[in-house]
Amino acid sequence: MAQLGVKIGSLQLSNPVLTASGTFGYGEEFADFIDLNKLGGFIVKGTTLEPRQGNDYPRMVETPSGMLNAVGLQNKGVDYFIENIYPHLTKYSSEIIVNISGSSVDDYAKVAEKLNALPRINAIEVNISCPNVKTGGMAFGTTTSGAAAVTKAVRNAFDKTLIVKLSPNVTDITEIARAVESEGADAVSLINTLMGMAIDVEHQRPYLSTYTGGLSGAAVRPVAVRMVWQVHKAVKIPVIGLGGIMSGRDALEFILAGATAIEVGTANFINPKVTIEIVDFIDDYCRRHGVNDINQLVGII
Amino acid sequence: METTNSKTNRNFMVDFLITGSIDVSTDVILLQMTPVDTGIKLGNLGICPGQFVQVKTPNNATFLRRPISVCFVDEGANQLWLLIRNAGTGSNAIMHAPVGSSLNIILPLGNGFSLEKCGSTPLLIGGGVGVAPLLMLGAWLKHRGVTPTFLIGAKTRDALLLIDTLAQYGETYISTDDASYGDAGLVTQNHILENDFSSIYCCGPLPMMKAVAKIAAEKGIFCEVSLENVMGCGIGACLCCVEKTVDGNLCVCKDGPVFNIKQLLWHN
Repeated sequence: MAQLGVKIGSLQLSNPVLTASGTFGYGEEFADFIDLNKLGGFIVKGTTLEPRQGNDYPRMVETPSGMLNAVGLQNKGVDYFIENIYPHLTKYSSEIIVNISGSSVDDYAKVAEKLNALPRINAIEVNISCPNVKTGGMAFGTTTSGAAAVTKAVRNAFDKTLIVKLSPNVTDITEIARAVESEGADAVSLINTLMGMAIDVEHQRPYLSTYTGGLSGAAVRPVAVRMVWQVHKAVKIPVIGLGGIMSGRDALEFILAGATAIEVGTANFINPKVTIEIVDFIDDYCRRHGVNDINQLVGII
Repeated sequence: METTNSKTNRNFMVDFLITGSIDVSTDVILLQMTPVDTGIKLGNLGICPGQFVQVKTPNNATFLRRPISVCFVDEGANQLWLLIRNAGTGSNAIMHAPVGSSLNIILPLGNGFSLEKCGSTPLLIGGGVGVAPLLMLGAWLKHRGVTPTFLIGAKTRDALLLIDTLAQYGETYISTDDASYGDAGLVTQNHILENDFSSIYCCGPLPMMKAVAKIAAEKGIFCEVSLENVMGCGIGACLCCVEKTVDGNLCVCKDGPVFNIKQLLWHN
């Protein structure tokens, strides 16, 4: 077996395969299908300071090679997570990364501070890129000043590995990446969903209750690969790549473009075993290509 | 508060070989299938009436899987039955999968009906392809010594599904919109509703289920309905298929698809 371990900030992952927030529940939903300990780590559902009900149904529509969602960060809040979910997750040896979101800079900092106290949470992913909430979310991720402000506040509240998840709904994603890097982010992950819209022409109304939603799935992959490639060249911190990864081949595309680790999202809905298949594919790929260490492949394009 | 039972059985991903494809109406096919791995016995998977499966569409006809109700499990023949209506690209691809081809299926999903609350005279109301889960439910009730009554609705006689099969397990009453068979009109206008029933289990179009729920609520009868909100994952991970309930947004795929009508906010 090739050396598949990678490092993101101070976080040591046994392999580069993570799961994308919002597509993997709290991990346990997938425990019937895979051994969660074989993942590099899993990133759990977006967590906010207060509980949220999310947006009204309908929240999802299938689109060509993908789907639009407008879930809107439904979750039971950080205190519920700490009391009721975290204790179940500590039995796994994989890294558990919590994705956090908020309506204000202060919200982000408070959630980060609470999670900082949990010994098994060695990293958080800060979502400044959710296109489906009215306040906060993507509003922070589309300006360098907003992205910097959130990163700075969370950096002060959280001692361990800080990953900032970037929005693709910007003119120049490398500017945002550099802004969060300069405020102390240990890594960036990209891309969150692309804002999109679909209309039911027979009923002459949008499919989603919110009209617009976030596009994910294979359809977004070339956009994501391009952005990972650009950001890898623009920053010194590690890049985590995601966006339409459906297979091991797709994961390698991101690694070659500059991703030190990758996240698998929407593909989990179609094949709940896909993450482990990707780990196996990467290992086999390294063997076929005579690569001893996965890190040798990162960003060679 | 009356709620449905939580799902307790684990999930499996199984390749099935299609062994039978039966036209049951102009746009509905009954697919019969058995695990490709003959070592997998469906009787050991804990499949309950009201649960559903997520089918990967043949040749990637769609991006996401399609949720389909479990119609019946023939444990003796190790066969799963799915009743599929042509409702779009996904169901069209699944229903036309030929005998001898295989389908990748995740099962058993969702909570299923609460059988233990049926009482002595349960009424099972189905509309259109919504009769599918009522076949397995009726069979299970009969096996437990409770004889169900079926009330089945359709637009017209030719659109009635599985009537003869259901009749093995209980008396069957029919409503057709055009009066071509049974009572004229909607199921909620059927004369059998004048009788007393201990419980109602319902699956069909949303307006029908809402009308049935209203009657059950007025009569104070235990009533469960099976919802079919648009789903992403089917296992409670994506939170796309939520229904508003007295306990907030719940996933139809994991907390449902069966809900007690007292959980729902339909008549508020």
